[in-house]
Amino acid sequence: MKVSVFFAVIFLSSTQVHAQKFSTEKGTISFFSDAAIEDITAENTMVGSLFNSTTGELVYIVKIKDFIFPKALMREHFNEKYMETEKFPKALFNGKLKGYNVSTKGEQNVTATGKLTIHGVTRDVQVPGTISFDGGKATMKAKFMVALKDYDIKIPKLVWQNIAEEIEVTIDFAYKPMK
Amino acid sequence: MKRYLLGIALLTFSGLAFAQEDLMKELESSQTGDTDYAFQTFKGTRIVNGHTVETKPKGTLEFIFAHRFGEVNGGLYELFGLDDAYVRYGLDYGITDNLSVSYGRNSVDKTMDGYAKYKLLKQSKGAKNFPFTMTVLGGVAYRSSPKKDNVPAGFKTIDRFAYVTQLLVARKFNPNFSMQVMPTFIHKNAVDQNIEDNDQMAIGVGGRLKVTKSVALTSEYYYRLQVNENSPYKNTFGIGVDIETGGHVFQIVVTNTRGLTERAFITETDGDFSEGDIHLGFNVTRTFQLGGNRSKN
Repeated sequence: MKVSVFFAVIFLSSTQVHAQKFSTEKGTISFFSDAAIEDITAENTMVGSLFNSTTGELVYIVKIKDFIFPKALMREHFNEKYMETEKFPKALFNGKLKGYNVSTKGEQNVTATGKLTIHGVTRDVQVPGTISFDGGKATMKAKFMVALKDYDIKIPKLVWQNIAEEIEVTIDFAYKPMK
Repeated sequence: MKRYLLGIALLTFSGLAFAQEDLMKELESSQTGDTDYAFQTFKGTRIVNGHTVETKPKGTLEFIFAHRFGEVNGGLYELFGLDDAYVRYGLDYGITDNLSVSYGRNSVDKTMDGYAKYKLLKQSKGAKNFPFTMTVLGGVAYRSSPKKDNVPAGFKTIDRFAYVTQLLVARKFNPNFSMQVMPTFIHKNAVDQNIEDNDQMAIGVGGRLKVTKSVALTSEYYYRLQVNENSPYKNTFGIGVDIETGGHVFQIVVTNTRGLTERAFITETDGDFSEGDIHLGFNVTRTFQLGGNRSKN
């Protein structure tokens, strides 16, 4: 009995000690708004993310001000009118990744389930994507739609340029192993 | 012994249960050391008549059309000032995110103006904390009137020039409210020394209050220091409503001046606001992106 408890404890703690964690500070998130008058694209290449491949836990933080647009004015409007960046400087994801095997080579289809917070609104989401492990590194990719009204993002009536009600978001994270 | 083991097991278990939150905390703690700069302390490069701390982002060209009607107290005969018009057509361009230049043509005294504007300090919080934004402005104005063959005796070309230097200091107190002070120095090469000095100083105060995401109220006042006792001129004051629609900003203003260069509106305002010498006017801006924008702030 004593021995088995001992081993159980050792086993439990060892899973923690040897948990394989991945990190990136330069993940890319881009979005695309397809609208009648003007298509808008923006890219943020400074997304921070941590991924624990042992437990499947996945978190990332997107600083809204780091999105870069083809026009300076788009960026002004994005931060000031839509995202209210001073009030809500970050978007967050906190969830779990399922459906992968660390030792499998090549791209694997996975699902991320968790809480996505944008513009101060948190919603439960399920996002399909892919992951591939290669030589100790991991690459995660996903593409999904975000409806502005789900996150209480309002478009001012006076804005002439149409903005799509649904924005296509693309995620591309290249992780390095953490020590 | 059993209790001891239970303790370890609980500890291990709780460690697992809170792992998720820890991962988010771990990520957050790795992200300190970030500085957030205040953006858009003011919507445009002008409050009402005078400049704001804002410079144009790199590669951005802004066309400003400013227009002032005549005085409202002109009565029905002047259609309350609407029969008269004073205009300035101007272009502002961002060479870098912090350095802008502009050029304009004014109908008042047929004046051409040119400015250079540099953002010296930026309000920020986070790793780097700084309470305000500071911009330095230098400008030259050249008046083409009077006409060459019509000048008084002794009037030289150099007398047509006037210069302005301003230190613009602004703070964005919250997303809706910003204030600015502008110590100003103006030198005019030629003046009537009975009523004014070549070197004149003023201190301006201005602000912006956002009413909705696209509509803001603005106001500015310049107080002249050490005014010549025979000066017929008044301190300038103006109120505006900014309305933003996509790439345009419409600004409807009321002010006691028709001038749109510092020489004209700070040192040569002849209207008395309280007596109804009020000019209705508007500023319309349109922004164009010329170069690629990879600006960070």
